[in-house]
Amino acid sequence: MTNPSLTARLSRAAGGATNLQLLLVCFVVLIAMSFANPRFLNAYNFESMAFFLPELGILSVAVMIAMLTGGIDLSIVGLANLAAITAGLFFQRMGGAEAGIGTVLIGVAIALSVGLLGGIVNGLLISRLRITPILATLGTGQVFTGLALVLTGGPAIVGFPAGWNAIGNSKLGPVPLPFVIFIAVCVGVWLLLTRTAFGLQLMLIGTNPRAAVFAGINRARMLVYSYALTGLLAAMAGIILSGRTNAAKSDYGASYLLQAVLIAVLGGTNPAGGRGNVLGVALALISLVMLSSGFQMMRVSNHLIDFIWGAFLIGVLVLNYLLSSRKEG
Amino acid sequence: MSAQNAWWKSTEAMVAGILLLAMVLIGLVNPAFWSLENLFSLARSNVVIGIMALGVLLIMISGGIDVSFPAFAAAAAYLVVRAMVDWGWPTGVLVPFLLATLAGAAMGLVNATLVWKLRMIPLIVTLGTAAMARGLLNGVVGTSNVNINKYPKSLIEFGKTDLVTMTNAKGATFGLPATVLAYLGLALAIHFVLSRTMIGRSVYAYGAAPEAAKRVGFRTGRSLIFVYVTAGALAGFAGLLHSSMIWMANPRDFVGWELDVIAAVVLGGASIFGGRGSVLGTMLGVFILVMIKNSLILMGIDTTWQRVVVGAMLIAAVALTALRDRKAIV
Repeated sequence: MTNPSLTARLSRAAGGATNLQLLLVCFVVLIAMSFANPRFLNAYNFESMAFFLPELGILSVAVMIAMLTGGIDLSIVGLANLAAITAGLFFQRMGGAEAGIGTVLIGVAIALSVGLLGGIVNGLLISRLRITPILATLGTGQVFTGLALVLTGGPAIVGFPAGWNAIGNSKLGPVPLPFVIFIAVCVGVWLLLTRTAFGLQLMLIGTNPRAAVFAGINRARMLVYSYALTGLLAAMAGIILSGRTNAAKSDYGASYLLQAVLIAVLGGTNPAGGRGNVLGVALALISLVMLSSGFQMMRVSNHLIDFIWGAFLIGVLVLNYLLSSRKEG
Repeated sequence: MSAQNAWWKSTEAMVAGILLLAMVLIGLVNPAFWSLENLFSLARSNVVIGIMALGVLLIMISGGIDVSFPAFAAAAAYLVVRAMVDWGWPTGVLVPFLLATLAGAAMGLVNATLVWKLRMIPLIVTLGTAAMARGLLNGVVGTSNVNINKYPKSLIEFGKTDLVTMTNAKGATFGLPATVLAYLGLALAIHFVLSRTMIGRSVYAYGAAPEAAKRVGFRTGRSLIFVYVTAGALAGFAGLLHSSMIWMANPRDFVGWELDVIAAVVLGGASIFGGRGSVLGTMLGVFILVMIKNSLILMGIDTTWQRVVVGAMLIAAVALTALRDRKAIV
């Protein structure tokens, strides 16, 4: 590799100008919220955001991966809950809250396998049966949520082992553990997308599916891999969510789906495929979490915050349209 | 579909066949299925979801998808009922329904503008507008139900009207609600528009091949506006109809309905890639979905399984249409 290509790759990895814009948005939100709330610039506030943000962040990265191939995954929240509930039922058999660290590790493995399996089902439906990703994952999302409901019968599963709750609540030095996991996921996915053949092929499928097939890429297999990865990430989000709240329920986090899609799109992911980067998604996530945390401090109702999220999504679409049409014109 | 294709090879005939088979099976498991009381209640359950499905059908034929209509329906119904209760205006039946329909159409116009002008994926646009509609409604207007004690009398009377009233063995009365007529009328109207008017044909043309539709001279922007505004209007109307049938206005109503309705439309043979779908197929799809959901109880299956069954039905239906479409291309 020669130097120019390396710098080109670096700037592409950083997402170029778009990520600079996002960084700017981040700072604008930070400054605006600090002015609006004297308590916003407070270590405790940032710590609570760092506990709250990872589950949403991991789901956003999952949506981004599904979008890279021109698809979408609407089943992530259902799968996250199903994974946590399966682990919860396993713990109930194995001594409940008193279960030891070994049992917890097996529980984590079970939850991750559920996510992986659900993702593979999505991938097979989309690649082998050629079902549109929207409808396939809308259907499987319902099945996952439905199974979670059948397994629990309705009420939340509570009383997770201490080791499990530590995943969502403990700190590594000053940094909350969920945040550490989130950073690790970001770095891992970033490396996977920018430094491996897998990532390159995934991008190519999204950019030009036909050319990808002619280039000898096994599209079906790549789709299964990408949805399996999406499912795995969904399960991780489910583990963190249930660890943080010490509970798992079939309808937890229902509003996360819209927010994850919004963050992925805002972070520069092209829903039609072929473009997206982890750094952009992370920046979008941080600005939106600061935004909603600031509004919560100002005692804006949660319903209005939902409205703001929706308006933000539409606003970003309008802005992107205006910017791109100016470039063309 | 060309004219020389035999009618029994059509998607509608296939769906109807599945429907009959399912009816026979459910009837065998529990003969109570065939009671007039159950059939009337089935017809009643078809109305609201059916009217919404007509709107989603239009959007799917145009190659789009809509997940905002449940939010629009809840918003239109709640706003109108709230106005009737708090301000004493509008009164009667006609004006409230007109207003709910207009409110739905206005919200549909927002979708249309965004999808058409921004060339943005309908799923993401409608996810956003749905969140905005629900957020504004619950955050600004309120979250409390309008219950039967305050609910406008005129709407209760309207929702109570039956075409036929009967008495069952236990002496309770049951009937076929008149609102079924609204559903059938709207279905006929949409069928007429889709098959006999230029705007209807333009929706098919746009859904099958947008660029080609533009080149042969269709004004495709108009088709998109027609599709999304009509879908919004149908959602608004269906929202108030639902509210008048249950004598309650709930601003958080219809959560999760998008899946049922989309599943029904896909079950009826419409393709998410656009250009395919019919009113008859959609009505059959709605009937299958409603019947199976309602019959789970009759068949002694726990209701917690409902979501699994609906999800599995959606997957099976899209898998079948995907196979059909693949064959059609070869």
